[in-house]
Amino acid sequence: MTATDDRADAPAASIEDRALALLARTRRWHWAEAAFWLGAAASFALLPDSHLLLTEIAILGLFALSLDLILGYAGVVSLGHGAFFGLGAYVAGLTSIHLTAEPLTGLLLAGVAAGLLGALTAPLLLRRATDLTRLMVTLGVAMLLYEAANRMAWLTGGADGLQGVMIDPILGRFEFDLMGRTGYAYSLVVLFVLFLFARRVVTSPFGMSLRAIRGNSLRAATVGVPVGRRIIAIYTMAAVYAGIAGALLTQTTMFVSLDVVAFHRSADVLLVLVLGGIGYLYGGLVGALVFKLLQDGLSAITPQYWQFWIGLILVVLVLIGRDRVPALWRRAVRRGGAGA
Amino acid sequence: MSAALQTIGLHKCFGGLVATNDVTLTLAHGARHALIGPNGAGKTTFVNQLTGVLAPDAGQVLLGGIDITRLGRTQRVRLGLGRTFQINQLFGDLTPVESIGLAVSERMRGGGDFWRGLGTRRDIAREIAELIERFGLGDVMALPTRDLSYGKQRLLEIAIALAGAPRVLLLDEPAAGVPEAERQDLLDTLGRLPRDVSILLIEHDMDLVFSFADRISVLVNGGLFAEGTVAEIMAHPGVRAVYLGGDEHG
Repeated sequence: MTATDDRADAPAASIEDRALALLARTRRWHWAEAAFWLGAAASFALLPDSHLLLTEIAILGLFALSLDLILGYAGVVSLGHGAFFGLGAYVAGLTSIHLTAEPLTGLLLAGVAAGLLGALTAPLLLRRATDLTRLMVTLGVAMLLYEAANRMAWLTGGADGLQGVMIDPILGRFEFDLMGRTGYAYSLVVLFVLFLFARRVVTSPFGMSLRAIRGNSLRAATVGVPVGRRIIAIYTMAAVYAGIAGALLTQTTMFVSLDVVAFHRSADVLLVLVLGGIGYLYGGLVGALVFKLLQDGLSAITPQYWQFWIGLILVVLVLIGRDRVPALWRRAVRRGGAGA
Repeated sequence: MSAALQTIGLHKCFGGLVATNDVTLTLAHGARHALIGPNGAGKTTFVNQLTGVLAPDAGQVLLGGIDITRLGRTQRVRLGLGRTFQINQLFGDLTPVESIGLAVSERMRGGGDFWRGLGTRRDIAREIAELIERFGLGDVMALPTRDLSYGKQRLLEIAIALAGAPRVLLLDEPAAGVPEAERQDLLDTLGRLPRDVSILLIEHDMDLVFSFADRISVLVNGGLFAEGTVAEIMAHPGVRAVYLGGDEHG
């Protein structure tokens, strides 16, 4: 009698356990992830001459990661993500001049300011929520911000840039140096901490609801997902991240110019993300690495035409489909392995 | 005692076309009620007004006696109005486990949780497992939904709706496009849906309607044409004329 009961319960229990294991799997660390971050840490010790370039990569990576949160998870396209980056950069600069040169305060205020702008503009993305209107609305907001920064020269320094940005040592101990050693360590730690948080968020029920919105927002609404509220939440979070990335740029270069709100910021970050792949968090980081190395390498070979090659690579990549690149790579490796 | 779902004088025009014409319909508690009608009779427009996709020009929709006419889609779902779609509306990237888990966690108001993973929620896993079993999705539970066969996707469509623990479930042509081999599976599953869920079945397929429903309403040209038990509708001369005449098709 009990034996039959056990047998009847057995399959149910096993499906339940399997379901639980499947849900837990998304949070488990893959060895490649550990390798990635160990490599990043190692780069600090092993590549002391490249710290300035590596800092640029870390900042661009964080910026692209923030775009991935909205594009890769919620499916919200943007051509104006640079607005948050630029606002963060200016707020960090102004904080250091007018309030305090303590870097973490500047970072925090930059994140808050960008987050506020994100929360205020996000509802604009919900009206007539097509990709085209979203591209135009985000682009428009970025243009408004650019013109505001240009006009308010008394505050921003206008076309001359913000002069006199000085940043205190981090935690009162680690002074920013010309070789970018402190700057890189600082950027890398901020990137890692924010990455960990983002990873937690995208693997949570909230993150799953974003993937559902991206996959089918009609059905998401029909299972009770408050689509608009979720989009506003992730858009705000992404804006905070972009603002912090902008603040890192200000603090590590001790300079802010109109360039931080220029259109190419928004275009580059989209390009970087597409280069690295959307929807798995590492795309922005890998894309930033590839983009900056290409930029660095190509501009050494052909200073005039490096953008031509970047453009060509982008077109080829998008046409082949990045999903197929790893498959082509594996096939090539297998063929090589069989030959050897 | 109020009905599970009720419409009172529901009316909707598109320009000169009257798509829903003064429809007053009552879905009793625990009902197996079918809404049938030829193509273009206004079934989809009617369902869209029930679920909040379209706002009616006049009339009311009551869910368990509560007026939901002005509520949004998500609010209606949260009050217990579930639906499936005539054309699959699924999450291609998500597995059946994730899709059902999403619906369960949203029902528990835990969908906004950005910290605690579902991997620690045995209560949710238990509900997922129950639905996976009931719908026979065990062997495909870990696959991305887009890789499932059409019949399995049809079943998942209903499983997701049921995960929201609806009090009223609208099934919009659940058998549409299901190949013959997987059809019986689907019909059996429909027959085993919990009796405490009141169901409105919108359907074309008369075999399915006659085997599933205990009450039938017939919609023609946006208006309620006839209503009764299965036997009454089968014997109704007007309904036979509408279905055999064929001039309403198109």
